[in-house]
Amino acid sequence: MSANISKSLKTSSRPGRTLAIVAVVLIAFGALAFFQNDKVKLGLDLRGGTSVTLQPRVAAGGKVSTAAINQAVSIIRQRVNSLGVAESQVTAQGTGNNQQIVISVPGDTGQHIVDLVGQTAELRFRQVLASGGGNATSTQTNTVSTTTTTTDKNGKKVVSKPTAAAPTFPNGVTPALNAQFAALDCTKAINRQGGNIDDPKSSIVSCSRDGVTKYVLAPAQVVGTDVAKASAVLDQTNGNGWMVLLNFNGNGTSQFGALTSSVTKLAAPQNEVAIVLDGLVIEAPRINEAITAGSAQITGGFNQASASDLSNVLKYGALPLAFDRGDVQQVSPTLGADQLRAGLLAGLLGLILVVLYSVFYYRGLGVVSVGSLSIAGVITYLLFLLLGKWIGFTLSLAGIAGAIVSIGITADSFIVYFERLRDEVRDGRSLRTAVDTGWNRARRTILVADSVSLIASALLYFFAVGDVRGFAFTLGLTTLVDLVVVFLFTKPLVSLLSRVSFYANGHALSGFSASSLGVISGKDVA
Amino acid sequence: MSRLSGMGGRLYRGEKSFNIIGNRRRWYALSGLVIIISAVSLGVQGLHLGIEFKGGSQFTFTQTGATIAEGQKAVTDAGIVSETIVQKIGSNKIQITTGSLTNQQNDAIQSAIIKDFGIAGTSINVMSIGPSWGKDITHKAIQALIAFLLIVMLYLAFAFEPKMATAAIIAVMHDVFITVGIYALIGFDVTPATVIGFLTILGYSLYDTVVVFDKVRENTRSITSTGKYTYSQAANLAVNQTLVRSFNTSLIALLPVASILFVGAGLLGAGTLKDLSLALFIGLATGTYSSIFVASPILATLREREPAMKALAKRVAQRGAAGLSSEVVIKGDAEVAGIVTSTHSKENRDRGPRNQPKRRGRR
Repeated sequence: MSANISKSLKTSSRPGRTLAIVAVVLIAFGALAFFQNDKVKLGLDLRGGTSVTLQPRVAAGGKVSTAAINQAVSIIRQRVNSLGVAESQVTAQGTGNNQQIVISVPGDTGQHIVDLVGQTAELRFRQVLASGGGNATSTQTNTVSTTTTTTDKNGKKVVSKPTAAAPTFPNGVTPALNAQFAALDCTKAINRQGGNIDDPKSSIVSCSRDGVTKYVLAPAQVVGTDVAKASAVLDQTNGNGWMVLLNFNGNGTSQFGALTSSVTKLAAPQNEVAIVLDGLVIEAPRINEAITAGSAQITGGFNQASASDLSNVLKYGALPLAFDRGDVQQVSPTLGADQLRAGLLAGLLGLILVVLYSVFYYRGLGVVSVGSLSIAGVITYLLFLLLGKWIGFTLSLAGIAGAIVSIGITADSFIVYFERLRDEVRDGRSLRTAVDTGWNRARRTILVADSVSLIASALLYFFAVGDVRGFAFTLGLTTLVDLVVVFLFTKPLVSLLSRVSFYANGHALSGFSASSLGVISGKDVA
Repeated sequence: MSRLSGMGGRLYRGEKSFNIIGNRRRWYALSGLVIIISAVSLGVQGLHLGIEFKGGSQFTFTQTGATIAEGQKAVTDAGIVSETIVQKIGSNKIQITTGSLTNQQNDAIQSAIIKDFGIAGTSINVMSIGPSWGKDITHKAIQALIAFLLIVMLYLAFAFEPKMATAAIIAVMHDVFITVGIYALIGFDVTPATVIGFLTILGYSLYDTVVVFDKVRENTRSITSTGKYTYSQAANLAVNQTLVRSFNTSLIALLPVASILFVGAGLLGAGTLKDLSLALFIGLATGTYSSIFVASPILATLREREPAMKALAKRVAQRGAAGLSSEVVIKGDAEVAGIVTSTHSKENRDRGPRNQPKRRGRR
């Protein structure tokens, strides 16, 4: 028995310290969350909004590359951001061929957003007919004249083998286009959202992506599908810095040859060819020579990032993949609020029931489970808050459901421990020794059981999409919280309480009384 | 209450014992029957798949006094001829479900609803699912299921023993199959939320089984050296000793799920919460049953086939026949059906904790 006493003395000095550390960490996190003054980010199903999931259409045996998905994400993000709705999100999910793009826009945008992201963007090469400063008033009708140059592309040019001269390209600016051009204000975000389906066969007016310049553009002669290859390379030999190499396919070679041949002799800005993506001008390099060999290079003023950006645009011609609208969810703010209320109500109800039952059955030990559940609740809430800040975690209805389900799983860990503890006391051990011997056995059970739970949520998260992921994430997170709470709070607290005579002497309400344990008499069994 | 928790003590010491393992044929027959019913209803009726799996659109809106006929008129006004279902949820919610629609058709229905019911476009809840989407989720759910079963089986084989892993996985498949069968039988709608529920059941059912198996392993660790109990008897004691624990963990897990179901079905009428919690509720109930009445008996069946366990059973039987310690066998005796209760007296003192299988090699 003396060995046991010294053991319990040794362990009994720790629980207080552990609890103190937990308290300090909790307070620190609480303060962090408090000073960030944030609320838990709610999913669209809880506050209303529209979410669209786009699924790449993959041909049999085809592959979906991450680069292509990222390119599509940035094009769609550009369109969505132009709506100016705060906290809109465009994200890629999944890996390999199992990738989706999820667009979520809070609030009342409705069908508009669905139309906006559903359109397929197109990459086109159009001759510049005229250009001017971005705002509506800066340029007038005179910009249409071939002599006006407001933007010089500073040495950005396409160089290749020169060939025979080509016929002059007619100036296709009509009075109607001219008026459109004058009215166009590229400083307004709405005009830079892209996604306007531009008829390749007619002339258009368009903004540059940054809104600094506006253009009148000729009908498209080369389209995205004509591009065979594009890459960003660092030119070591000629000292041009970063540049973009461009290769056309058969059709593209002849079309681009014809286009460059016709414009290279013209005065600026008509000797520029605009690379138009999704209705917006990405670049408008000046054509230095006619390029008929099907390969071209674009140089001047690039850094690594801008060069690879342009090469991606060229390579994936607009939306690099065809998308199917997998799933559209449009939730009105009223329903969102209802669902949030229902979720919280269900959580509260579940919590109360669990607390009632554990106090009813475990009496004094119930206090431990109530305390542990509260701590688990606080940690979970803080994690929701901080993860929302750090990794953009949003809480959806399925996520709330996951958290509620985890109340049961968390409480189960306490029960496994309590029952073990009571078994040890039934075996005739004193509560102080039982706290540690029971723990040694319960710990293993809890670890194995929680591991299974974690495996389940990790696999759910990995394989699933949308809602299911939210559920799996919260379930996994709360299982981890459960482990932390059981190890760092429940166990030390029980150790501490085992020294209180109310528990140690088996008071009728402590949960360790002879009658509640079913022990006839402690001495009789021991 | 103290009588109920006092029972935990009697079960623990083996004074009171339910002969669960001994009656395993009864449980196998029961589960077999339910599985046959599930298989038949799956084959005959199949599952009611939600539009998430088939593709289609669903419009939900709230309008006091709106009728189903008015909802149908809106659909006709929009010029949609494909099969549509107009339902009333609660007192003033209308839900229109259609087959796969084009973007234009979706717009047309929304405009018709706005016009016919005089409500704002933003107060309509829309869900529209592409036809290939559902196939994809189904496919992924099956992938997740297979991956889960494999990984967990490996994990349990590693953490416990291979036969425990087999028994646990059989019990899990039993649960999922029966839950799916109940869905087919009653005709509940299967939505992605339901699938989440099914998949979560896997984890939960295993949690319960793990708790029981942990005790079984502890009780059976040294049975061959003591020669007092057969494997089945030791396992039965473990099941009885963890009975209170299983009951409490299951009940406590069911309480939050029940409250989601209550709130989801009662307040919201339909949707994620209801679908998820219904699947969980049914699954948890079968999961609790299976960890006690399916997993442990299967484990015993598997282990009793081992030569060492057969030899042990023989030795225990001989000891019993020789009358050396006749009382010891009482709690696990296969002949005793139902409950054996006895008073705590000097004669059967050796059922006390001292005489339980010793726990060696604690970790």
